[in-house]
Amino acid sequence: MAFRHKHILGTEFLSREDIELILDTAESFKEINSREIKKVPILRGKTIINLFFEASTRTRTSFEIAGKRLSADTVNISASSSSVVKGETLEDTAKNLEAMKPDIVVMRHSASGAPHYLAERIQSSVINAGDGAHEHPSQALLDLLTIREHKGTLEGLTVAIIGDITHSRVARSNLYAMQKMGMKVRLAGPGTMVPPGIEKLGAEVHTDMREAIRGADVVMMLRIQLERQGKTMLPTLREYAQFFGLNTENLKLAKEDAIVLHPGPMNRGVEISSYVADGPQNVILEQVENGVAVRMALLYLVAGGEAKE
Amino acid sequence: MANIETVILDRAGIGRALTRIAHEILERNKGTSGVVLVGIRTGGDHLASQLRARIAEIEGEEVSLGAVDVTMYRDDLGTRGSLPMGKTEIPFPLDGRRVVLVDDVLYTGRTIRAAMDALIDLGRPRSIQLAVLIDRGHRELPIRADYVGRNVPTSHEEQIHVQFDEDLQPIEVRLIKP
Repeated sequence: MAFRHKHILGTEFLSREDIELILDTAESFKEINSREIKKVPILRGKTIINLFFEASTRTRTSFEIAGKRLSADTVNISASSSSVVKGETLEDTAKNLEAMKPDIVVMRHSASGAPHYLAERIQSSVINAGDGAHEHPSQALLDLLTIREHKGTLEGLTVAIIGDITHSRVARSNLYAMQKMGMKVRLAGPGTMVPPGIEKLGAEVHTDMREAIRGADVVMMLRIQLERQGKTMLPTLREYAQFFGLNTENLKLAKEDAIVLHPGPMNRGVEISSYVADGPQNVILEQVENGVAVRMALLYLVAGGEAKE
Repeated sequence: MANIETVILDRAGIGRALTRIAHEILERNKGTSGVVLVGIRTGGDHLASQLRARIAEIEGEEVSLGAVDVTMYRDDLGTRGSLPMGKTEIPFPLDGRRVVLVDDVLYTGRTIRAAMDALIDLGRPRSIQLAVLIDRGHRELPIRADYVGRNVPTSHEEQIHVQFDEDLQPIEVRLIKP
């Protein structure tokens, strides 16, 4: 089956077949990451610009390594060093990038929809590496790969996603993707952090995290995004930890073989206790490892262009 | 438009060709010492396991068997787009080994070029030899096979199809004329 997307803007626009192809491709690429010479020539001569308007270490490094392992030339532009701080509009930034003829632009931006805006204005492929509180497709796909590796399948699994759903692009991308793969998604968080109407997207919404975790195959903890919080949303971090933090006690409610995911960076002692974060059920570093393979798959698949007959 | 299909090699014919190739591999390498088989996906990997079984019958020794997917080493991403990527599984070191690459059909030689690049990224074999079931000519690179099941002169418009059954046993080779 051929991949027909020029851009990866969100899991909302991917079909179940697309997601399966991405995960299978990522699995094939994983082998490269354990070689002594971690490089294959398939994207030789392609230029990838990592355009990051928001701070990111993991995602940016992961995309950069993914590009380099496929032999593409990767260039990083971050907000602090870019012309954005000098007052350039996104439209002008887009046109200037365009003039340098990159093949793929990987973009992170604090505004939802910014990658879509860029995709309409430049010839290159655009991959969304996180836009505001909207989507973070590569994160959801690496989560699915990690879950599939542990559970063998995705169909029929129950996933509990706990934390700040409102501000979480990880939760939204996962919600779209997981339902397409036949998984059941439960969401839980403080009332101020669960957007009204989210159940219309198909999720089961809980106010008590224990109800969400009970019998789940997968527990995904979201990071409390301290930088995005107004003071009013959270009384204290200690209270949050008490009601919405994952610890060895409430994790017992999940299935015995449940796995624990976290997109990082973790706030230890807030949304996840160190006992769980370092415990036998955590797969957090596997997520990071799979992130490189998934991003290699995305870069490879969009680089081939829209399928020609 | 009906294509004209001719069976150019049947099950027995394929079997005899593979048996001969197995003997030739053993003769050339003076036994199985250091010999490993690596099949090119998909098709070559099935034939490689057939060859391994025959070598075991003749010599009583199992040689290591691997499979290589050359998609990551293709040179036609721009024209053919992103093809589905298979897995490369070579669970043994290649350093110092005599690698016999196995493919079903040898045509332009570009797949073999890609496979050799893939192998060399994984290690430093002592030598790389090439075994193919069908050599249909039209090379675009300076590559030749060391072991050939059958030479079949073809035109560019024709296709060669090697058919396998569910157990991945080769059934027949067909020449398809448009």
